[in-house]
Amino acid sequence: MKLGRVTGRVVSTKKVESFEGIKLMLVQPLNDKLENAGDPLVAFDTIQAGVGDLIYYETSKEAGRVLVTTMNPCDAAIVGIVDNLSIEETK
Amino acid sequence: MILAKIIGNVVATAKATGYESRKVLVVQPIQPSGEPKGNSFLAIDTVQAGVGDTVLVLEEGGSARMILEEPDTFTIKAVIAGIVDHITM
Repeated sequence: MKLGRVTGRVVSTKKVESFEGIKLMLVQPLNDKLENAGDPLVAFDTIQAGVGDLIYYETSKEAGRVLVTTMNPCDAAIVGIVDNLSIEETK
Repeated sequence: MILAKIIGNVVATAKATGYESRKVLVVQPIQPSGEPKGNSFLAIDTVQAGVGDTVLVLEEGGSARMILEEPDTFTIKAVIAGIVDHITM
């Protein structure tokens, strides 16, 4: 899983059948210092994340498993909304 | 599996199904010498590891679900599968 920030919503009317009823969010990947790390991506959201939320998400085919039908053409899904993040500087 | 050091923890209330009561930690992949290598990521803990521990991290969904004894519907890729006591080279 990786950390990210929800930066927007993506609305799509005409989409693949298995995507129907699923909320799509724009996510900016972050590193452990909460700095931007890579390009934004679109992720499934089943836990009602909102714009501005710090979240963690899963990528690859594992992401599709958040839906009831586990085999899905999905490659990113939000699986947790972060309340608190603590990092100990050990480097 | 890879070697990693635990550098932090993440607390979340709203979580996907199956994540309730699971501990999520921030892990930094390391080389056998202890040097950090690559970017940190998040993993579910199964061995009661804590910040500062060197651990074994498994990054494959099927194996992760086997360890967590979760069904195919569980979204997961990375789990902490062991705490490293020492490495000899």
